[in-house]
Amino acid sequence: MLEIEDLHVEVGGRKILKGVNLSVMAGYTNVLFGPNGSGKSTLLMSIMGFGGYKVTQGRILFNGEDITKLSVTERANRGIGIMMQRPPNLVGVNLRNMLQVTAKDRPAPAEGAKELDMERFLERDVNVGFSGGEIKRSELLQLEAQNPCLYLLDEPESGVDLVSIEKVGHKVNELLHGTSCAGRKGRAGKAALVITHTGQILDYIEADRGYVMCNGTVMCSGNPRELLQEISKMGYEECIKCKLRLTTVN
Amino acid sequence: MQAETDHRELRRKAEEAKDKKAAFGEDIDLEKFKEGSKDLEKVKALSELGDEEKQTLLNAGVVPSEEGRSGSFVLMDESVVHSSSKVQGVEVMPVSEALKKYSWMKDYYWKAVSPEADKYTARTFMEEADGYFIRALPGAKVKAPVQTCLMLKGKGVAQTVHNIVIVEEGAELDVVTGCSTSKGVERALHLGISEFYIKRNASLTFTMVHNWSEQIGVRPRTVIVQEEGSTFINNYVALRPVKTIQTYPTARMEGRNCFSRFNSVAIAHKGSELDLGSRAILSGEGSRCEMISRTIASGGKVIARGQMIGKAKGVKGHLECRGLIFGEGGVQVAIPELEAYVPDLEMTHEAAVGKIAQDQVEYLMARGLSEDEAVGIIVRGFLEVGIRGLPENLKKEIDKAIEHTDMKSM
Repeated sequence: MLEIEDLHVEVGGRKILKGVNLSVMAGYTNVLFGPNGSGKSTLLMSIMGFGGYKVTQGRILFNGEDITKLSVTERANRGIGIMMQRPPNLVGVNLRNMLQVTAKDRPAPAEGAKELDMERFLERDVNVGFSGGEIKRSELLQLEAQNPCLYLLDEPESGVDLVSIEKVGHKVNELLHGTSCAGRKGRAGKAALVITHTGQILDYIEADRGYVMCNGTVMCSGNPRELLQEISKMGYEECIKCKLRLTTVN
Repeated sequence: MQAETDHRELRRKAEEAKDKKAAFGEDIDLEKFKEGSKDLEKVKALSELGDEEKQTLLNAGVVPSEEGRSGSFVLMDESVVHSSSKVQGVEVMPVSEALKKYSWMKDYYWKAVSPEADKYTARTFMEEADGYFIRALPGAKVKAPVQTCLMLKGKGVAQTVHNIVIVEEGAELDVVTGCSTSKGVERALHLGISEFYIKRNASLTFTMVHNWSEQIGVRPRTVIVQEEGSTFINNYVALRPVKTIQTYPTARMEGRNCFSRFNSVAIAHKGSELDLGSRAILSGEGSRCEMISRTIASGGKVIARGQMIGKAKGVKGHLECRGLIFGEGGVQVAIPELEAYVPDLEMTHEAAVGKIAQDQVEYLMARGLSEDEAVGIIVRGFLEVGIRGLPENLKKEIDKAIEHTDMKSM
């Protein structure tokens, strides 16, 4: 579904991504690990096509189509949806309205707000004064209304309290298991690319493949749980060694 | 006797000020405009008006059926066409009638606004302009708003208006004023004097919708006098094209613990110059004021002024003006001013002008909206902050105005 080929991205003139290669197949949930500043969020923002993330080399394919030069709207309408780490405040636009315009002519999903304990936020301006956890839940509701094929989730568990994390985790799992998505009909299998620091979200979703990013490139990949275990034990310094080992082996 | 002497003195001052330029705004040559008609036909109910006139009322937020209104007042050019009150506790009549009915009117008539302030006040005084007199009786809680409409009908007319609103002790009043132009009127002028008196623990919510047209000049002169514990909420909406508006309503917050809030939303289209200010003089201890202005320059010029003058301890105030610019040729000038004359007070301001935030636009685009749709929603939200609490039909007007605003060339 998603193929990233030798992607180089600059932000404000600084080279952040330096040749990223990865793929997410339909029906797969892949996970991105990596230390702060390694380029994980930049990768998701670049896939979505946000301004300020300048692709200088390489390309992004979505369902076989080169989308590297498409607008954000066109990417969204092809079935890509993002949960941002720090979405902007939308002063004067309440969450209920946001969900309705996102759902377009479909009815906005009604149950989600209840499940995620967000009903009292529906009349509030989107993200204004929301805590970290509230932002995550609001982003999830918007994704539910949008119903994309590919979910780009930037740390869905960060800032979420221990009680809510279960709700968030179940909701993510539920969304990823939906069978149809906007833009495409019939073909089963949604996909996701999920950034996680703690790996807590892995208790709720079945992750298929893990990638470790360091310094703007993918250092290694493998079974996400094994990768997480290694990172927890040895830290990210091992990435470099890992990369060295891979290079030697190859 | 004294009253007559006073009046003569005012007249002398007004005569002296007949060429006095205003402190702000383009100078308008009054010689080029004729007096408005004073003898247009009266109607018993607004429903008797023609369809076109009804539509003009509606566009300015005035309901021709008078449903859900405590009273109505319509001035066309300089003729009072309709004046009625539907509930007890509120009086609605022409100022000219109130002057005959109440001897105490001399304590209010030209007491807040000075005839010699500038040539516009002077002309209005010299013409003995009429306008609405609205009074909420002591303790009356007037639930539904009183609606008024000031309409320009004649070509080349300078409409002069003099309004007086009195909210007696403990009363609550809501006034909605729509200012509008009849179809086909190209060049005209509106000079409007308003004197509002809000007594002890009383409250006035005043909403004004300016719905003029391309060649109209507008010079309102408004002063609000607030007694102890009173509340004044001012909502100002100007979204349609107009030639020039210059206004600077001033709240004289004289009593202790007064509150005032000024909300303004405006769009300056190509060819429009809007010089919009709000001023509060906080001389009562513990008084508070908020000013929120949201303006868009879409080819035109906006000057958003705000001034808070703190003269008593415990005073608090916050002033916030934000302006967006779309396309070339638009100008945004934000001039917030704070003046403190005692140490024990707190006044703050924030001002921001510039283009719409790209990250907000893209956030909505990432949810599948087109760029135009995203901009529309953000602009609607931007203005929404300035008009929270406005009636629904007015909000619909605002949506319509946004649709007609050119935001393509961000």
